[in-house]
Amino acid sequence: MDITSATAAGPPPAPENGRTVAEQGGGTARVGDRIFLGLSRGSGILLLVIMAAIAVFLTIRAASALSHDEGDFFTTFEWNANATPPVFGIAVLAFGTVVSSVIAMLLAVPVAIGIALFISHYAPRRLAAPLSYVVDLLAAVPSIVYGLWGALFLVPHLSGLYGWLNDYFGWTGVFAYHDGAARSLFTIGILLAIMILPIVTSVSREVFLQAPKMHEEAALALGATRWEVIRMSVLPFGRSGVISASMLGLGRALGETMAVATVLSPSFEIGKSLLDPGGGTFAQNIASSFKESGEIGKDALIASGLVLFVLTLLVNGAARLIIARRKEYTA
Amino acid sequence: MKLQHKNRLRTVALGALAVSGALVLTACGSDDNSGGGNGGGSGSTKAAGNIKCEGKGQLLASGSSAQKNAMDLWVKNFMAACKGIQINYKPTGSGAGIQEFLQGKTAFAGSDSALKPEEVAKSKEVVKGGQGINLPMVGGPIAIGYNVPGVDNLVLDADTLAKIFDGKIEKWNDEAIAKLNKDAKLPDLKIQPFHRSDESGTTDNFTKYLKGAADKSWPYEPAKAWKAKGGQSADGSAGVSSQVKQTSGAISYFELSYATANSIKTVKLDTGASAPVEATSDNASKAIAEAKIVGTGKDLALKLNYTTKADGAYPITLVTYEVVGDQGNKADTLPATKSFLTYIASQDGQAVLKDLGYAPLPAEIAAKVRETVAGLS
Repeated sequence: MDITSATAAGPPPAPENGRTVAEQGGGTARVGDRIFLGLSRGSGILLLVIMAAIAVFLTIRAASALSHDEGDFFTTFEWNANATPPVFGIAVLAFGTVVSSVIAMLLAVPVAIGIALFISHYAPRRLAAPLSYVVDLLAAVPSIVYGLWGALFLVPHLSGLYGWLNDYFGWTGVFAYHDGAARSLFTIGILLAIMILPIVTSVSREVFLQAPKMHEEAALALGATRWEVIRMSVLPFGRSGVISASMLGLGRALGETMAVATVLSPSFEIGKSLLDPGGGTFAQNIASSFKESGEIGKDALIASGLVLFVLTLLVNGAARLIIARRKEYTA
Repeated sequence: MKLQHKNRLRTVALGALAVSGALVLTACGSDDNSGGGNGGGSGSTKAAGNIKCEGKGQLLASGSSAQKNAMDLWVKNFMAACKGIQINYKPTGSGAGIQEFLQGKTAFAGSDSALKPEEVAKSKEVVKGGQGINLPMVGGPIAIGYNVPGVDNLVLDADTLAKIFDGKIEKWNDEAIAKLNKDAKLPDLKIQPFHRSDESGTTDNFTKYLKGAADKSWPYEPAKAWKAKGGQSADGSAGVSSQVKQTSGAISYFELSYATANSIKTVKLDTGASAPVEATSDNASKAIAEAKIVGTGKDLALKLNYTTKADGAYPITLVTYEVVGDQGNKADTLPATKSFLTYIASQDGQAVLKDLGYAPLPAEIAAKVRETVAGLS
């Protein structure tokens, strides 16, 4: 059962392809080969050019805004880029973006791994296929719909949970809750967790399905339970895949705009509690400030976009490092 | 195969369910918001008897979204009378409107605040031999909407408002509020002040009022972005008004039409006049009549008198301008611009505003605007 689904989902068997490529590569290069080489090289270069163009555009526009900034760009708790003189800083935005994404990751990744394992190793096939479709369907819901759902359904229903958190964990300060609508960074974290669930789940599922059957069967033959099989052969094999899936999810969480803008009650201060309204994220601030911005205001928003750009690059770079190191163990 | 087919059917069914669910949700969402648009887009379509059509072709304009509803009606009426002229007003926001005007893309811009000196300087490059001027065209009261169970006639003054929005007064049964509302039963409820999370001309004008009328209690400079700490925020007038509607103890500021459309109770203002003043179109017009023209030459930028004690004058008022060049406008759009501006400044043009929740200009100022429009070149 598992074997068939694995081959069905995986890429076509490798040996055949490998041989034909080797045969063709050996002789004098054919026209088709050269065209294909040109096309793929061109695509690769195009990608680099696009990235460089975005970086250059962001840097040039950001520089002109930063030269006008009266505050410190990294530590000012204020966004008044259209005032004279303009004062703006990204401290609150960076904090909100990172914190809400981290909350989303903490909530989403364990659940996603659970769903992926259930679909790939536990669920009967009749259930597994529709379940994976449903999870994938979550990715197709536009973010504004998540925003509306969050604002009209999630927010009113969270006050009970927040009251409970306040009763038991309020003493930490981080989970203190003072009544009012639950339009906080924590709510955003929950919403983002739901939004990144499909991507993390489906990539992890694919990876788990690729775990070598021989390992699993060998473990079973030695008398391991299902959980021991998963722990000893599936999880170690899938670790780098799960990490890269999580990073894809993190990328989405960092850049999410509309859902955050609809649900959050943005303000330019960092509260001690995650449950009180306030905070903001880069993308949300760009979306809500762009309409009424003057020239410097737009450039200031672009400067904040540059920081988000760099942040995502760093996250992806870190993910690559982790994966590269893991590969040695799993290969 | 059969199994797969079934699964696919099931997925389709699920998809359909999700889509229809989403549609229901969005319908709810837009219901909440669209109500705020205006009292009735159709308004009174006055016959086109007095509209003079000159010029033809397309007229591009953009700017303030606060005057969008007025513009829509004006454009509709004007184009019904003048078949040869097509007017395209995009409510992109005051900032974007001024920017597009300064780039020479539009014939005029709508703006919630008058041009800044550096913008005037820049406008001289666009209109050769002239400069950008502000023509006040639409006024509107900014209502203070509140949601306090059991309180129907809330009276506040500038000082109390400033302290509420600055987080200095935290409970509805605070002494300062009780003093102004002797008969009301004020609950022991937390005040939840809401402000705009986006940059907005409404915030700009509201904070101008707080600074002008309650200097001591409002330490922040007026700006389009909210500067005070604390409180909650939401996007757009529709956003804050729907939050007030659903949050007990909430108070916020938005254009009057949003309060009427969502049946939100509004604060009566104790300005020092003989009786507390309600937010209505008439009362806003009375406050605009107290304003001084501070623009020089043909510029008619207004400075509102926020501390007015005149009976029935509601001082939390927004005046939006049309920004044009006093001379040196482009020859191909000038006739159409002039005839359109002449219409909207005319008595007919101003009379339709009241139905939309706006305040018509006081006669004296409207006359000056008409005179200036006639002299555009």
